[in-house]
Amino acid sequence: MRHFFAALCASLLTAPAFASIPHDGALGFQPAATRIAERILFFHDDYVLWIITAITLLVTVLLIWVMVRYNRKANPVSKKFSHNSLIEVIWTVVPALILVAIAGLSFPNLYYQDVVPNLETIQAESAELLADGKSAEYERYTRNNFPDAAEKGFINVKAQGNQWNWTYSYPDLVDADGYALEFVSNAVHKGKPDDEKNYESSTGRTDYATKPRNLGVDYPMVIPAGRYIRYYTAAADVIHSWTVPAFGVKTDAVPGRLNEGWFLVDEPGVYYGQCSELCGIDHAYMPIEVRVVPQDQFDRWAEQMLAGDYEGAYSSVMMIAAREPSTQLAAKQ
Amino acid sequence: MPMDEIALDHHHDAHSHTPGFFKRWFLSTNHKDIGTLYLLFALCAGIVGYTLSGLIRWELAEPGIGPMLWIVQHFQGVQGDEAITHAKQFYNTVITYHGLIMIFFVVMPALIGGFGNWMVPLMIGAPDMAFPRMNNISFWLTVAGFVLLCISMVVPGNSAGNGFGGGWVMYPPLSSTTGHPGPAMDLVILALHTAGIASILGAINFIVTILNMRAPGMTMHKMPLFAWGMLVTAVMLLLSLPVLAGALTMLLTDRNFGSQFFNPGGGGDPVMFQHLFWFFGHPEVYIMILPAFGIVSHIVSTFSKKPIFGYLGMAYAMVSIGVIGFIVWAHHMFTVGMPVDLKAYFIAATMVIAVPTGIKIFSWIATMWGGSIEFKVPMLWAIGFIFLFTVGGVTGVVLANAGIDHALHDTYYVVAHFHYVLSLGAVFGLFAGWYYWFEKMFGIKYNGVIGGLHFWLMFIGSNVLFFPQHFLGLQGMPRRYIDYADGFHFWHYWSSIGYAITLVGTLVFFVGMIEALIRRRKGEANPWGEGATTLEWTLPSPPPFHQYNELPHVTTKGGH
Repeated sequence: MRHFFAALCASLLTAPAFASIPHDGALGFQPAATRIAERILFFHDDYVLWIITAITLLVTVLLIWVMVRYNRKANPVSKKFSHNSLIEVIWTVVPALILVAIAGLSFPNLYYQDVVPNLETIQAESAELLADGKSAEYERYTRNNFPDAAEKGFINVKAQGNQWNWTYSYPDLVDADGYALEFVSNAVHKGKPDDEKNYESSTGRTDYATKPRNLGVDYPMVIPAGRYIRYYTAAADVIHSWTVPAFGVKTDAVPGRLNEGWFLVDEPGVYYGQCSELCGIDHAYMPIEVRVVPQDQFDRWAEQMLAGDYEGAYSSVMMIAAREPSTQLAAKQ
Repeated sequence: MPMDEIALDHHHDAHSHTPGFFKRWFLSTNHKDIGTLYLLFALCAGIVGYTLSGLIRWELAEPGIGPMLWIVQHFQGVQGDEAITHAKQFYNTVITYHGLIMIFFVVMPALIGGFGNWMVPLMIGAPDMAFPRMNNISFWLTVAGFVLLCISMVVPGNSAGNGFGGGWVMYPPLSSTTGHPGPAMDLVILALHTAGIASILGAINFIVTILNMRAPGMTMHKMPLFAWGMLVTAVMLLLSLPVLAGALTMLLTDRNFGSQFFNPGGGGDPVMFQHLFWFFGHPEVYIMILPAFGIVSHIVSTFSKKPIFGYLGMAYAMVSIGVIGFIVWAHHMFTVGMPVDLKAYFIAATMVIAVPTGIKIFSWIATMWGGSIEFKVPMLWAIGFIFLFTVGGVTGVVLANAGIDHALHDTYYVVAHFHYVLSLGAVFGLFAGWYYWFEKMFGIKYNGVIGGLHFWLMFIGSNVLFFPQHFLGLQGMPRRYIDYADGFHFWHYWSSIGYAITLVGTLVFFVGMIEALIRRRKGEANPWGEGATTLEWTLPSPPPFHQYNELPHVTTKGGH
């Protein structure tokens, strides 16, 4: 309980525990909240970005050099050569090798984020590595795979895009009658002068001022921290796209299709995304808000939602307790 | 041909009756006049497209809905909540028509219809295009397409207002009756059909002209690189546009005749449209850039006073870009839910394109290497092109990696990328060609100082405009948003400042053109000197109404 109050105070002071939100004047990605995003950030910031910067600088330096050295004053009589097989072979082969080097990281990265992991395999393989005493391999394996979370199975969430809001459903959370939890998540801001009034009258709340403009929603998607999330996207009318930049995931919601993806967020907090496929007039006004909370808080939220106490459930996830630093991703860093 | 007959020909030429105004400009079958018409048309359409982009940057300079609301309140007469809804739809139509106009009615008509018509026959030593009257149909169908597109802007799109607001990619169901039940979308389809037919006819004309009408002695491997670029472009148009036409026709019948190609409720699939669209759409981006590649090659060679380095490599790089351009389309669709192995294939195929593109960049630099470079206005634009296209190219390599693209897809990073290769690539190539051939085409000189000022304003302005959009995209700013979270304000603001700089540059462009028209300084046959070796510089400026009554013989090895 003392921990809870400490966390409560912390979250009141710096509420929420962690928020992924675009920062004015920022130059790069939002901080990574999943291993998927971590790998994207590494691949881009620490690898491809250096390569493309080097290539651009090389071309720039060469351009400046020829402009300085071979302008009409510096070199009044032009040479007439027009071939050099060696240099032509070099500038064909070297870029090809660079591309192979990029692809070498690109493919594993793609397969890691795109293939929903098999949790049984993760448990079995990590257990085998431990049993064989291969601690270095185990260490490496568990940077990308999380046996503790795998043990607990997937949390399934379906995000259905509508003109212009998201419907979230949790097929694993069923009420007494066997109906799965399902609710609609509307934007707080719709670009209208009476947004505040509409929000307050439809929800009976007074926390409009705390909502980041064009990112906040009335009923956020809530998921437990440190669990494998398998999400599905679908659409009711036109194509939408579900994304959270900090998670490094983006999946189109296409009518007639059920797309899937996965992620695992370790750090409790609030994460924001925005619809990423043009879907009509309110395309800019159907944001995505994901609240990642500790498992017990998630369970309470689910219970209240299933009982129909939407406002109580909402209040219960407004303050997010920081998680003790025992989780796998945090422990590795 | 005996000498006296040649003399007779020249005599006849000197008195060749130029047709009257209406016949000359409305029923034209002369490739140079049609080229001029295309350029003037592209200029007019360009003003419209550029104004639309100005509305976008004006709206996005500050968060919230501002200028769009003002416009619908004052020009559509709607108020209150309805005005906000209309403003949102209006913004979507602005981005849609900006894209469609810039691609189909500015860059393509200017580079292909304008410079292609003007210069391909001159460069390969042909008296005219192979099918002069088909050439006339091509032009007027393009105009008709543009008129249809303009009409579609002012007829009902959906309940939120006029015009089609589904983006230039026209993905159903937003473009089907679900999203836009009104006639605006049908008119967009008809407009693109019309423009597409025009382009297919034009492509056939170019292919036949280039393959059959080269001057004696001009083998394919002596042909100027601009003609090579046009040949590859024309073949790509011929192969890709029918696929777009098919997709649009399916969309048309879905909308009007109850077919279900793209309607999942009837067993169709919206993603099929995306495949068909991008099978056209990806070659289309190379269609827009290959003529610019050709233009830049000639300019770099002319002002370095050196033959093009690695001519054959340059020509076949364009051919291979054209071939590979057809097998990479689904990298525009990495997030639609494709099998992972398919994504892996499209990553690999896409990255391969960087190799021939690199060959071109390095060959241009090698052409300058050892040269005696003069920094005349066209050369400034060409060097600017090389630098900016490199920046756009390397961000393309980033986006090719589906793993990163999952984060960047449909963000401003993509907007920055394709504007660097198109707005700063193709359009810089376009201005380079304009300043390179202006004197040849119109027989008057422009003021080089004004041209240089135009270049520097555009170079600085468009970098300020588009470079910050990389940062916005990395931070997660999605495309096609009328309004954004507060954390995106800073770079959006700077992006709009960049637009203002290009606006000054554009005004300088018009000042330069008006100055040239007023002063009418007489143009020379070859103002660029020894470096300009292609055939068009052997003719007076402007060239006679009919040229090459006696076909030139290409004998020297340096035909290119």
